[in-house]
Amino acid sequence: MKKAAKRASLPSPLPKCPTGIQGLDEITSGGFPRGRPTLLCGGAGCGKTLMAMEFLVRGATRYGEPGVLMSFEETEDELTANVASLGFDLGDLIRRKKIALDYVHIEPGEIQESGDYDLEGLFVRLNHAIDSIGAKRVVLDTLEALFGGLRNEAILRAELRRLFRWLKTKGVTAVITAERGLGQLTRHGLEEYVSDCVLLLDHRVTDQIATRNLRVVKYRGSLHGTNEFPFLIGDDGISVMPITSLGLNHKISAERIGTGIPRLDAMLGGRGFFRGSSILLTGTPGTGKTVVAANFAHAACLRGERTLFFSFEESPNQIIRNMLSIGLHLDPCVKRGLLRFHAARPSLYGLEMHLATMFNEINTFKPLVVIVDPITSLMDAGTGAECRGMVTRLVDFLKAGQVTTLFTSLTQGGHALQQSEAAMSSLMDAWLLLQDLEGNGERNRVLYVLKARGMAHSNQVREFLISNHGIDLVDAYIGPSGVLTGSARAAQAAREKAETLINQQDAARRKRELKRKGATLKQQISGLCSEQEATADELRQVDTQVGKRALLLGADRTELGRLRQADKQVPGSAGHSQRNGKAAR
Amino acid sequence: MKAKSRARSRAASAPQPTPAEFWQLRLYVTDRTNKSRVAFSNLKRICDVHLKGRYRITVIDLLRHPRLAKGDQILAVPTLVRKLPTPIRTIIGNLSDIDNVLVGLDLRVTLDRA
Repeated sequence: MKKAAKRASLPSPLPKCPTGIQGLDEITSGGFPRGRPTLLCGGAGCGKTLMAMEFLVRGATRYGEPGVLMSFEETEDELTANVASLGFDLGDLIRRKKIALDYVHIEPGEIQESGDYDLEGLFVRLNHAIDSIGAKRVVLDTLEALFGGLRNEAILRAELRRLFRWLKTKGVTAVITAERGLGQLTRHGLEEYVSDCVLLLDHRVTDQIATRNLRVVKYRGSLHGTNEFPFLIGDDGISVMPITSLGLNHKISAERIGTGIPRLDAMLGGRGFFRGSSILLTGTPGTGKTVVAANFAHAACLRGERTLFFSFEESPNQIIRNMLSIGLHLDPCVKRGLLRFHAARPSLYGLEMHLATMFNEINTFKPLVVIVDPITSLMDAGTGAECRGMVTRLVDFLKAGQVTTLFTSLTQGGHALQQSEAAMSSLMDAWLLLQDLEGNGERNRVLYVLKARGMAHSNQVREFLISNHGIDLVDAYIGPSGVLTGSARAAQAAREKAETLINQQDAARRKRELKRKGATLKQQISGLCSEQEATADELRQVDTQVGKRALLLGADRTELGRLRQADKQVPGSAGHSQRNGKAAR
Repeated sequence: MKAKSRARSRAASAPQPTPAEFWQLRLYVTDRTNKSRVAFSNLKRICDVHLKGRYRITVIDLLRHPRLAKGDQILAVPTLVRKLPTPIRTIIGNLSDIDNVLVGLDLRVTLDRA
C-alpha cells in the first residue's frame, strides 16, 4: 500500500505503446514511446517493413488502435501479399477500416521542379488517412525515398522536420523506417529528426547461417535492454528473444515420473525423475541415447501424457522402425496423437529459428514431456556462446511450463565428455551418462547416474543391455579385476554358477553319506540291542535252571537225609543258593 | 481561394482546337500558403503566352478534396499535372522558373515544331 502511494507521487513514466511483437515489449519495457516517432533503421532485408507492419496490425487487432501505413516502396497489393505470409489479412483490416494504406509513388527524375514548394500534399494525404479511420499509429515505410525523388534537399529537410513535429502534435505513435547508411545510422541522417527512440536491425551471416539482430540504440526517458537481441520472422510474425528476460522462479513439482526402465527408476530413488526437471543424457556414439529417449517417450505416452520428440538426426519413421526392433511400439502413440515428432536438420536454419520453431511447436502441442535428440546437433548451427544462451532459454522456457525434458547429448571420444558438457550440465537437474566399456574384444554399454538433484540416487554402474524385448539394466560384476561387463560378466556369472552347482552337489553327497552312516549305526545299534536281549534271556534261563537244579538238589538231599535220617538243619547250603539268584537278576 | 475554385468555369477556351492539341492542366494547391497563388498566376501567364485558347486549368484545393491527392500521387504543393496531351507530366513548385516549366511541360518541343 505504502509502495503504491509512493509510486503515485512520482511523475508518471513515459507512456508506452505496446508493439505486440513477441519479446520486443519486454526489451523496451512496454513498447514504443506513445505519441512520438520511433526510427527503425537497418540494411536491406533485415525486416524493417515487416516489423513496422506487425506493429500496425497488432495495434489494430489486439489493442484497438487503428493505423495508417504510408508506403513509399511497395504498392498495396505487394504489401498485402507480403504480410499474408505472416498470417495477416491486410485486405480485411482495410475493409474494416482498421488500417489505411497509402502508397506514395515517387519516380526519381520524373518530377520537374520549378521554384519554391512544400510537402503539404504529403501532409494532407497523411492527415486524411489518419482522420478517416481515427488512427493512433502511423508507419512511414522508408521515407528516404523522398530523397531520391526530390532534388531540393533544403526544402526536404525543413519539411521532414516539420513532418515529425506535426506527427507529435497529431498525437500518433509513428514508426519511420530508414535504410542503414555508411558510418551513420541512416543514409540521409533521419536520426537527426527522430530522437526519441531508435532501433537498429541487422542481418548477419556467420558460418553461412544468417541471424537477425535487434538493438535499441536509444530510448529517451525509458529504461531499455541495451544488448543485441536475436529476432526472427516466423509464421506468425516477428519474435524477439530476450535472453535475460526469464527469471529463476519457476513453479516446481514434487511429482515423480517413471523412465520406462524399471531398473533405472530404481536407481533414481525408486521412482524416476521429478516432473518438470531437465535431464541430460550424454554418451558416445552408439551407446543407446535415442533408445533411452524413446523409452522415456513411450512411458510418457502410456501414462497418457503428450510428448514432443525433436529429432535432429533421424527421421520420425526411422526412429519408429528402429524402436520396433527392440519391441517398442511408438506408432500407436503417434496415431493416438500423444506422440509428435518434429524432425529438422540442424543446418536447415539458424539457431534462433530452431529455437523459435521449437517454441512454436511446444506452444501449439502443449506437451508434458519434450525430448531433444540430440541437443549437440544444434551446436553446429551456432557458436558456443549462442548455443549456451539458446539452451538456457529453452530450459527456462520448458521449466516455466513444467515440461519434463530429456536432452540427449553426443560426446566425441571417451575422455573429455565430462568437460565438454560442463557448461550445459549445470543447467540440468539430472545427468545420466552412457558409456562404452571396451575389453575382451567387445564393447559393452554401461550407465551411470552422474547427478540427480533432490533425490537419493544410486552411485552404482549398471550394465545397459538392449535386446529384442527392450532395455534391461544388469548389475555389472565388480570383483578384484574391476568392473566386468558383457561376456566377461557372463563368463564370471557362469563360473560362479558352476561353482555353486559343484558346492551344492558336494553338500548333497556329504549329506547322503552321513545319512547312510547314521542308518548303519542305527542298524548296528538295533543288532546290539537284540544281542543284549538274547544275552539277558539266556541269563534268565540260566537262573531258572540253576534255581530248579538247587531245588532238585535240595529235594534230593532232603530225600537222601530222610533216607539217611540226618539232622534237620542245613542253613549253609540254603544261603548259598539265595546269593546266586540275586546276582543273576 | 474561392476565386480559384471558380477557375474551372473561367478556363479559357475561345477558338475550337483539335482534341490532340487541347491541353488539360491540373493545379493542386492548398489554402495555407502563398505559393499556390503565385503558382496559379505564373501558370496562367505561361499558358496565355504559349497555349492561348487551347488549354483548361483545373485548380484543386487539397484541403477540400484530400481524396484527390492520392490519384495523381501528389506530395508537394503546388503541383502542376499535365493530364493531356499524354504522357502525364508533373511539375512541382510555384512555377517561377519559366524555362523549367516549359521543359517540364514539353512546350519547347511544341514551340520548335511550330
